[in-house]
Order: sequence, then C-alpha cells, then structure tokens
Amino acid sequence: MIVPYKWLLDYVNIDKSITEVGDELTLSGSKVEEIIENGKEISKVVTGKILSIEKHPNADRLTICKVDIKDEIIQIVTAATNIRVNDIVPVALHGSTLAGGVKIKKGKLRGVESNGMFCSEVELGIADEDSVHGIMILKEGTPIGEDIKEVLGLNGGVIDFEITSNRADCFSVYGIAREAAATFKTKLKPVNTAYSSNDEDINDYLKVEVKDDLCRRYAAKMVKNVVVKDSPEWMQQRLKEAGIRPINNIVDITNYVMVELGQPMHAYNYKFIEGSKIIVRKAEDNEKFKTLDGEERTLNSSMLVIADDKKPVAVAGVMGGENSEIKNDTNTIIFECANFDGTSIRLTSKKLGLRTDASSKFEKDIDPNLVEMAMNRACNLIEELGAGEIVGGTVDVYKNPLMPHKLTVSASWVNKFLGTDIKPEMMKEMLESLEIKTNLIGDELNLVVPTFRQDVKIKEDVAEEIARIYGYNNIPTRKIVGETVEGTVKKDQKLKKIVRETMVSSGFYECTTYSFVSPKVYDKICIPDSDAIRNAVKISNPLGEDFSIMRTTAIPSMMEVMATNYSRGINEVKLFEIAKVFIPRENDELPEETDKLVIGMYGGANFYNIKGVVENLMNALGIERCLFAKESENPIFHPGRTAKIIIRNKEAGVLGEVHPNVTDNYDIEERVYIAEIDLNSVFKASNLNKKYKSLPKYPSVSRDIAMLVKDEVTAAEIEDIIRANGKDILESIKLFDVYKGKQVPEGMKSIAYSITYRAEGRTLKDEEVNKVHERIVKALEEKLGAKLREC
Amino acid sequence: MREELENIRTEAMTKIKKSINSDNLEEIRVKYLGKKGVLTGILRGMGSLSPEERPAAGKLANDVREEIENAIENAKKSIKEKEREQRLAFETIDVTMPGKANPIGGVHPLTKVLDEIQEIFLGMGFSVAEGPEVELDYYNFEALNIPKNHPARDEQDTFYIKDGVVLRTQTSPVQIREMEKSKPPIRIIAPGRVYRSDAVDATHSPMFTQIEGLVVDEGITMSDLKGTLDTFAKRFFGESTKTKFRPHHFPFTEPSAEVDVSCFACGGKGCRICKNSGWIEILGCGMVHPDVLRRGKIDPEKYSGFAFGMGLERLAMIKYGIDDIRLFYENDLRFLKQF
Repeated sequence: MIVPYKWLLDYVNIDKSITEVGDELTLSGSKVEEIIENGKEISKVVTGKILSIEKHPNADRLTICKVDIKDEIIQIVTAATNIRVNDIVPVALHGSTLAGGVKIKKGKLRGVESNGMFCSEVELGIADEDSVHGIMILKEGTPIGEDIKEVLGLNGGVIDFEITSNRADCFSVYGIAREAAATFKTKLKPVNTAYSSNDEDINDYLKVEVKDDLCRRYAAKMVKNVVVKDSPEWMQQRLKEAGIRPINNIVDITNYVMVELGQPMHAYNYKFIEGSKIIVRKAEDNEKFKTLDGEERTLNSSMLVIADDKKPVAVAGVMGGENSEIKNDTNTIIFECANFDGTSIRLTSKKLGLRTDASSKFEKDIDPNLVEMAMNRACNLIEELGAGEIVGGTVDVYKNPLMPHKLTVSASWVNKFLGTDIKPEMMKEMLESLEIKTNLIGDELNLVVPTFRQDVKIKEDVAEEIARIYGYNNIPTRKIVGETVEGTVKKDQKLKKIVRETMVSSGFYECTTYSFVSPKVYDKICIPDSDAIRNAVKISNPLGEDFSIMRTTAIPSMMEVMATNYSRGINEVKLFEIAKVFIPRENDELPEETDKLVIGMYGGANFYNIKGVVENLMNALGIERCLFAKESENPIFHPGRTAKIIIRNKEAGVLGEVHPNVTDNYDIEERVYIAEIDLNSVFKASNLNKKYKSLPKYPSVSRDIAMLVKDEVTAAEIEDIIRANGKDILESIKLFDVYKGKQVPEGMKSIAYSITYRAEGRTLKDEEVNKVHERIVKALEEKLGAKLREC
Repeated sequence: MREELENIRTEAMTKIKKSINSDNLEEIRVKYLGKKGVLTGILRGMGSLSPEERPAAGKLANDVREEIENAIENAKKSIKEKEREQRLAFETIDVTMPGKANPIGGVHPLTKVLDEIQEIFLGMGFSVAEGPEVELDYYNFEALNIPKNHPARDEQDTFYIKDGVVLRTQTSPVQIREMEKSKPPIRIIAPGRVYRSDAVDATHSPMFTQIEGLVVDEGITMSDLKGTLDTFAKRFFGESTKTKFRPHHFPFTEPSAEVDVSCFACGGKGCRICKNSGWIEILGCGMVHPDVLRRGKIDPEKYSGFAFGMGLERLAMIKYGIDDIRLFYENDLRFLKQF
C-alpha cells in the first residue's frame, strides 16, 4: 500500500521526518517496505518563463534562451526542441542538484555562456526514461521563481507499507492515518464529505436489484451535466505518487476515493445502462464480456457481474466494461459504491487472470459500512472540482447491515497474558485511539468494536491491539518460568549424529538434495518398467516434470550430484546424504517416510573402499553382525561387484560399483561406487550399550593357514567353515593374502588366513590348538576342496 | 714379560685411538682380550714365572687388561655418539612439505547451523520433534486457522498430492501433532523440510528447511516468548545482539510478531548484509491462537503458549555470507569443503 506522505498529513498532525514516522509505524504494526523520497536530492531547481529563443551562432542544434526566474533574467543554452517562448519550465540553476545526485554548474557551450539547464521529468526523478520526450512544460499560469519541489509536490515522498491480510482497513491513506494517530497519540481528522445536490431523486432514474448475497451492499449516486476533463494538477500529482495513472476527472475521483478511503468505486455512463436498471447477478456460463482494458473475457456462473437489463456492464469488484466507459462526451454518470464477498472476488480475479487495484482491495473483505463515507467523499470531490450536478437521493441496497460487535476483556488477564503491568486506564486510552469504544468498569474493558475491525474478535486480539500500541519492545523479557524441562533428543536423532560423525571422519562430505525428482530418474538408473520402486507419490501441481514425484530412492540424487561435480572437473569425490524417501502405503493416505543413508564416491576408489566405510559405520553404530552377500540382479549395479547388506537376516541395503550403463547415463567416465542403506533397519539393530570385558590374562596362539581354492569360493564361505570348526578357543580370523598368478593353477586362487586361538582362564597347550586347527583344515579340504600350501 | 705387557699396552692403545668405528674396536677387543687373544696368551704363560714374580706380573697384566677394556669402552661410547650424530644429520627432512593424514570430510553447512541451533534450544530445555513432510491438509492448514479459500493459502503456494494431502508448506503442523500426543508442559523444536511452489532463483527454493518452536504451559506469557528468542539470538549471533519485535499477522498466533536482530556484521550501523537498515529479519512468532490450542486438545483457559518459526537456509546464508540459496542443493564439493 503506497501512501503519499503529504496526503497522510491531511488527516494527522505529525511533526516528524518521514523516516521517523515509518520506523514508528513499523513498530506499531504497519510495516514499512520502502520509503521513496523523489525530491530528496533535488535542490536549486525553480520555475522559469522562457522570454526568447535565438539560434546559437556556432551550433545548429543548440539555441540560446533568456529565462525569467522572477528575481533575474538568465541565459541558458539548450538542445531542447519542444520549448516555445512563454513556456514555463523547470530550471536547474548554477550549483543545483537533480535526481540521482547529478550536479549542474554554469559554463560555456560552444563559446556561449549558459547559467543552468532546463529539466525533463526524468531529471526530476518523477518519470521513466522511455515515457518522456523533451523538457517538462508546466501548466500556464504556474508562478515563476518558485521551488520546483513545491510546485510539483516533490517534497513529500511516499511510504510503501506491507499490509497483512487481516487488516483490510489499512489499505487506505485514511486507515494508515488512523494507525498513525494512535501511534503518535494525536487526533485523526475527519474526512470532508459535505456536498449539495439538486432536488431530483435518483430513484426516478435508476432501479437496482441485487440477486446474489455475494454482493453485501450496493449503493449508487447519479451526477448530471458532467464535464469530463483532466483533473486538477494536485489530484493528478497525488494519484501518480500513489502509483495510479490519471485518466479524467470522473475516473480520477473514483480512484482518489479508493486510495484515500480504501473503497473501490466505479463510474458508468448512464446512457448505456439499458432499461435504467442495474442487476447484480451471477454471470452465465460462457458469457462473453469486454473489459475496460479491451480484452474479451469468458465468464462463468461462479462470477458475480453488474448488469443492466440486457448485458453485463462490469465484472463485479474487478473491472468495468468498455460498453459503459466514461468518455469525453459523457453527460450523466452513475457512481457505484458496493461491497462484495472477498473470497468470491479473489477467485474471480484469479480465474480471469485479472488482478486490479479494486479487486485486490475487495478480496481482503472490506467493511460494508465504508460505503456511505466513500460515496459522500466522491460527491464532495465532484463539487470541489466542479465536475457536475449531483442528483438528490441515494440508491442503497443493504439487506443485512453489519453491526459493531461487543467484547469484554479483563485488564488483568491482558497483563497476565502479555507479562506486562499496564494500567487499565491506559489500555482504554489505547483502544479508543484505535476507535474501539471502551467502557472501563473495574477491571473489565467493555468494548464496542467498529465494523472495520473484523480482525478483533477474541480477547487475544484485544491483547494484541494493546501490545502493539504499548510497543512490543516495551514488554519485558524473561526466561520461561515453571516446571524445569529437560531437553532430549530421540534415539534416532542420536544415531543420525553418529552416522554423520563416522562418515565425516571417513573423509566424506555431506550433501543435501531435493526430495522431489523426475520420474525419468528411474530410467536413468536402469530400473525396469515393472519395478515397484517406480510407484511414487505424485505431486499434482509440480513446478515441472523434474520436480514431480517424491523420491523412493536417493541413488539418482546422489548420481546427479556426482555428475555435477564430475562435469566440473573434480576428480575425487566422497559424499553422503541422509535422505528421506517416500513410500506409498495402501492403507494410509500418507506415505511412509524413512531415512536412507546414501554414500557415493569416485576417483581412486574401489569396491573394498566403500565396503570398508560401511563396515566402519556398522561398527560405530554397534551392529553386532552385518553380512554382505553377493548381489548380481540389481540393475543399478555391476553384476559382479555388488553386495546386499544383511542385518538380522533382513536386507538393509546395497553397495557396489555402479553399472556402466548407469554411469553412461550420467556422463561419468569413471568407476562410481554407491551404497544405499535403510537407516530404519540399521537403527533397530543398533546397540550402543557397551559392557567391559576383562583384558585377556593368558597368551594367545596364532596359526597361519594358506590354501588353494577354486576362484568361485568366497571368503565368507571359508570364514563360516573356520568359525564353525573353531570351537570355543577361536578368537579371531584375519584374511591376509589373496594371490593369483604364477604357481597358482588357472581357475584357482591362493588365500591365506591368520587364525588366533585363546582360552579363557588358562594357557593353551600346543596339542589342543593343533587338534582344532587340524579340524579346520580338514573341513576346508572336505567342504571346499581346499589344498593346503606351505606358509 | 713386563716389557711384553708394556708393548701390548702401547700397541693396543695406539690402535684404539686410531679406530674409527665399532667394528674396528670389536676386532681390537678380540685380538687382545678375546679367548685366543694376545693378553690371554700371556696370562696363560704366567705359570712359567717364579712365585715371587707372579703377583707383580699378574697385577700388571690385570692393569693392562683393565686399561684396554676401559679404553675400548670409552672409544665405543664416543664413536656411538658420533655415529648417532651422523645418522641424525643424515636423516634430516624437509619439514615444510605437506603432512599426511586420512583426510576428514565435513557436514553440510545447513546441518552445521541446525546443530548449533538445536544445541541452543536443548540447553533451554527444548526437545526435538519431527513430523511428516507429506502432510494432511488438516494439519498444514485447517487446524492452523487457515480454512479453504483463505488468502494465506495463496501466499504460500502449495504443492498438492491429492485432495486433502499436501507437501507441508511450513513446520507448524508439527505443533498440532505434538499437542495431540503430549500434555503440557510442552517445549519442542521441530526442524524439517517444507515445500512451496516458488520458482528457483538466488533467494527462492521450492524446498527449504524450517525450524518450528512450541512452548505450552500454564502461565506462559509474551514476556517468555521475548526472553526465549532474545536468548536464542544472543547465543546464535553473539552476546551483543539486540532484538526488535515488530507486530505482524499469522493466522495461528495472536498476537503475532516478526523479529529482527541487529546486524552482526556492522553492529547496526548499516551495511550491505542488512541492506543499510542495521537490522536483519530472522523469524516469525507469536502467542499460540486459542483455536489452535483447542485443536491440539489443550484448554486455552488453563494453558497458554508461544510458537516461532525460522528459515534455516536464511540463517545459514546470513551466518556464512552466502548469496545464492541454490548452492546448498547443488553440492559442489568446492562449496561443501568450505564449512
């Protein structure tokens, strides 16, 4: 809401700078977005009358002008072509400053002295470059030698307020003035609404019928013998400051009232109101209507229109029609001052893609009781501008008048709620400064809330009114009292922290990616069409296909991040993300949201690097046993270099080298390793209760074992056999060598383990160890066909 | 014999003096003192001496032996010292070359800032709560006083899944869910992702992170709200930080406020970061609306509360001077490594 400062001062006396006013209004609830002081930089620019224009002796494009600036006559050389003798123009004198801080000094142009410069609107900062051609020519009769800021009203500035949706009453100069009066503890001045009318009656000329309750009130006035012309300079100036283009006196009056009081109005050319009748009704489906902007609109039955006997003449509260537009020859007009349901206006304006100054006011649900004041103000301005003759009587259809509501609040409750100690009398004063009638009886504030404050309904609303006028910053601050509460984090949150710490200490950087992805990511990671993982939660109004489904796996996001880094020439990347995925559920409207840990790496990495990282992590999380089983069916991964992660007999994730088909799709020419782990399964198995086991008192015995086995034999198979046969003296096994090549036959590999034995409570004897060790060797030979080698 | 011993002494001492490493010395030791050594031989020949001569000769032989032993010992010591010095000199390295370590990684800047914020609130007795991101319209809007067709639904352009189900536009629905399942005193913060249909640019992201806060108890006042957030601002931005509470409007709080903090970069004088205002807006807050308490099955006549919400990305951008929100989601390693 743009409020020209001088306009505001029509209604409140404030002796403060525009910035101070802005700051204090912000603190009392009317937030200032921006203060624009157009004329702030301009100095020493005055009005001057051109007395003569002569050719420059040395330059074809320049002329020499003599200019009367009241106290003296000065000479100015100019390149302007739109000036004539007797024109009154803004003259920047020697030592003056223009918009943007440009300084003007006297000097010689092609040998002829020039004591200043003529200005255009651009140089005065009141218009854009492209809307202006040449020097600004002021109106005939403008006094000369005057400060241009006074003449053009550039000494006021405007304040742009951000008004919240609950304060429809503040979308006007007068509404802000009311707030200012309360804030600065001064009186709000009344609006001049006096006018006289002729002895005719509008009801003899016009019938109004309201057929729909979405129109809460419809009032009309008639003006005869209208002279359509430009409105006076002061009115045009104010409208321009408020961001509204002046059109003609009639339209300008409706806009002026809208800016000043917040009530949109419309003027119809009476001649084109067929049947002398106005009907407020719903539009027909597919009814066509050409709005004032020349666009043909297709209406439907959810929209409210203003019609005459035959046709619509306006989309109610949004825009009038070309068919009844005010033109220069218009003689009789109808002023419409109405009130519509805000939601209906908002939806209509949205459907039509047409948001106007009027609709943006109506959609806030303005006070229907504003109608009278606005209508009277419009008539007052008609009279002041001498724009026509006001016909007596008013049409006013107002079925269910809105009444002020009553509310009782206890002053001590307000203080208890705010943590303040404000005297009840002071509360009364504050509320009354906001035009809320207050009767204080003991501790009770009995309020009559005016209809323009529909946002004040319950005692908490009243507390807010008091708090903001008292000043939020005057409310004391204190630490919460009451029962001491201990801050806690849940187990999952703790475990996630461990995951992050472990990943970071393993050299990985955390990344974070969007939860929504394109359905095409499944193609990119080569998931077959029938795979259940493609069943995702879909967004019905996405920003585009790329953000249209909630991910069911975070692998594509990780691939995307690695591809970005790869394309930027980063040759070694280690990343992880704790990513939510969304799995649709059949028996619930909401999907299951679970956390996945995704690890990704490329550059100097191999399968065992990523596996080691995962093993470390499981260790840190206190997972007692985590198994890795060969996985050759997952289409995302290399069939020979991928493992399922199994915890408590359930698959908890996958890790491996990404299939070259997938890396090709992401244009990565490197081996890429990824793990995706279901944190829910991992966290369930996590046990962080550590128990001390006494350090071994008796020595251990180590035996190495080296054997030749077939290539297909896995380490897991060998280790299972060793464990199964190690009895209770097996302490640990460690793979220390795998060898293929010389001395090892084709299709075989040599694999060597170091096995450590230890018994609790005694020193192991050689014979005992030998017995167990031999058993292990025998089992390996029998079950895997292992051939023992010399160590 | 005496002469012989004297000669041995002189010869051995000369050799010891000339020796340059421990191997030489060992040779000398073997030659003179070893089982088959010269001195041993002489001692063995003592039997041929007369009993009168024997004690003197024996003493001399022992003296010589002791002397040689000591000399060898001393020489060994000094040679070892020399050898160690030589080794140390030889082992000199370039200490200005880079060190070797297993490089560690780092958490995302958003996690880092979130951790910091969580720490502050945990210290004030807040627990951490969570809620779903795909949320029922009821929790995201209706229960928070935002009925259908309410203008606030336009302001926060919503992603819909289907009728009645949305991507939450704020973390405030966690307030209702938390009140439904627990009794006062309630003191929680709820960080999480929220979604709004904003096109991506330097300051907008269709997905970002909010941190919600909720306190409900008997006798909670606006003073408590101010005290809590003032403390937070001081811990997060520094002890000299000032806060400014400005009236605002949110459908689910009454009264409502926005909070500015004095600019940590310029201390309030005005700079690029605070756009010359000296203040930076950091959060929205207010006293929980009684209707909202009621929907959380909490009696507003008995209890009151306050709530607040802040944008994590915004706080992280302010804190680290990041000027483009997209950097958080792009994950360029060169960006991630800076935190």
